[in-house]
Amino acid sequence: MIKSPEDLKRLREEAKALTSIRAGQGVEIIVGMGTCGIAAGAREVMSAILDELSKREMSDVRVSQTGCIGMCEKEVLVDVVRPGETRITYGRVKPQDITRIINSHVTNGQIVEDLVVAKLD
Amino acid sequence: MQLYRAHILVCGGTGCVSSGSKAIQEALTDELVKNNLDKEVKVVETGCHGFCETGPIVIVYPEGTFYCRVSTEDVPEIIAEHLVKGRIVKRLLFKAPVTEEQVPSYKEIAFYRKQQRVALRNCGHINPDNINEYIGRDGYEALSKVLTGMTPQQVIDDMKKSGLRGRGGGGFSTGLKWQFASNSPGPKKYIICNADEGDPGAFMDRSVLEGDPHSVLEGMMIAAYAIGADEGYIYVRAEYPLAIKRLKTAIAQAEELGLLGENIMGSNFSCTLHIKEGAGAFVCGEETALMASIEGSRGMPNPRPPFPAVKGLFGKPSNINNVETYANVPIIYLHGADKFASVGTEKSKGTKVFALTGKLRNTGLAEVPMGISLREIIFDIGGGIINDKKFKAVQIGGPSGGCIPEQHLDTPVDYDSLTALGAMMGSGGLVIMDETSCMVDMARYFLDFTQKESCGKCIPCREGTKRMLEILQKICGGNGVPEDITTLETLGAVIKNTALCGLGTTAPNPVLATLRYFRDEFEAHIYDKKCPAGVCTAMLEYKIVTDNCKGCGACARVCPVGAITGEKKEPHEIDTSKCIKCGSCIEKCKFNAIVKG
Repeated sequence: MIKSPEDLKRLREEAKALTSIRAGQGVEIIVGMGTCGIAAGAREVMSAILDELSKREMSDVRVSQTGCIGMCEKEVLVDVVRPGETRITYGRVKPQDITRIINSHVTNGQIVEDLVVAKLD
Repeated sequence: MQLYRAHILVCGGTGCVSSGSKAIQEALTDELVKNNLDKEVKVVETGCHGFCETGPIVIVYPEGTFYCRVSTEDVPEIIAEHLVKGRIVKRLLFKAPVTEEQVPSYKEIAFYRKQQRVALRNCGHINPDNINEYIGRDGYEALSKVLTGMTPQQVIDDMKKSGLRGRGGGGFSTGLKWQFASNSPGPKKYIICNADEGDPGAFMDRSVLEGDPHSVLEGMMIAAYAIGADEGYIYVRAEYPLAIKRLKTAIAQAEELGLLGENIMGSNFSCTLHIKEGAGAFVCGEETALMASIEGSRGMPNPRPPFPAVKGLFGKPSNINNVETYANVPIIYLHGADKFASVGTEKSKGTKVFALTGKLRNTGLAEVPMGISLREIIFDIGGGIINDKKFKAVQIGGPSGGCIPEQHLDTPVDYDSLTALGAMMGSGGLVIMDETSCMVDMARYFLDFTQKESCGKCIPCREGTKRMLEILQKICGGNGVPEDITTLETLGAVIKNTALCGLGTTAPNPVLATLRYFRDEFEAHIYDKKCPAGVCTAMLEYKIVTDNCKGCGACARVCPVGAITGEKKEPHEIDTSKCIKCGSCIEKCKFNAIVKG
């Protein structure tokens, strides 16, 4: 029940998450989901990303997947694209690395250097 | 809250539902469960995207990939390729009509690129049955702003400043209308939404109601607060069952959240809304007839004054606006009247939704800023004429409007420029005609419509439109006489000046406008007994060109009345006294040996 403008505001902040993915803004995380990626555990990495984002209520982060890009031995590959910044590719990502990537890179813009395999402008 | 990495939006507008979108939605949900993706990917039913011709439409976010003409057989591939592997299913993408290029993203499609969506801002983006999706996109924020920080007079002043004019036909200033209703004294006032959309080919109001019903409710409540009303009616055509269903859901959800009813958001403002289903008469879109219909009387217009703002529904001061007008209202208070007024022309502000139909490559709904040229709407958004035929005219404003020929296509579209050309904005229906359309026949079609819908209360409309129609039928039948043109003009002028309501005063427009721009076609029908476009069958004669005829006999076999005779391998002949001009023989002939003219 909305009894004041503040109630409406509170509900709006919650409800934004319902449609923010359709706005096409914010940080993008791309998981390599070719046959190679899936064999290396991309599905588990994807689940870990989604869990972590849900836990932090980061509904404005878009998660998508891509096919094989040829660096199969480095799979699972995870790209993080912050608007206006260099696209960073992380390699051999394990589900347990996800907290670190989201915490330092996605949220604070600090690249997790030890996992980086490529930087693209 | 459960987060989903992808949303699959399935269009649930009337167009896509009739081409099978419900089954697709179910198939998608099943397939997601099968692939164990139902916790990651969500299926959302939305309202109309406006590009109904390419439906059923499915859009996948976050990429914004636009799939068209999707069938249930395509569903496993979409899930396996796009949602599991991240590969777009190319064969389902939209193909640009001329270049045949495949366009992956929603925003890149030419049909959408030139649009500026205000009234349609949420249509196709949100689930209309979920009030939270509307709230998440700043829904009811305008109402909250108005109730907490503005007096009713300030609300009206802002509306005047925005320059919004009625989107249903007349184009009267919304701010002034609200001012008149506010000025009328009395403890009981009504707010009414006209959703009796009846122009042939226009469906923008239906799309707004189906795709974003809350924007209309919010607009109505802001208007109710401004004029001092506490009760309202939405008059919807009964032929729009889906719109009625979604409105009912929307009203119930708003009531449950306390956004409708007593003391809205803790303020002193209370408002209840009812739905009244129309019974299928075109004249009920006229405001006085509409109110009579709500009251339970026969839907017939009454003379104005008194205007509804003074003596309206149940004799009380009332404000009546159209669906699209109300859908624009929240935006004005959300972003400011000045921002709204920054779009458009000097006297016509904001955007307008047009329904594109007829001989166009891309048909559907397009919302564009006022002041855009008809050429841009028809050739850039609409993609030009089908089969590379030549453009002839566009009928704008439905049966109340007029046609506009090629030489005026660059006129900036606004209320006043269209009226000056003898057409009118009307509800925004655009019927595009090419060289194969006969303008006399077109005028006859629209007059036939208004004549049938005339309620019969006043003589000019009841008798006048009937007489005009008879003359047009005579001309199309090849029996026109030279005086007919002047009689049509005189009758038209009399009806325009004397009919009781908007239906009558605008009924002659299609005839008068065609007489203005295509008089030569009328003259060809009357003097030469010829229909230049080859539409009016009475004046056509089918002939066989003996040089081309191989004597195959295909035409003779298909002729339903046995009018074609001839020896095998010899040129055939048509007996014109028997021929009913059905055209079957032309379709069958492989040698272009049959001509009409």
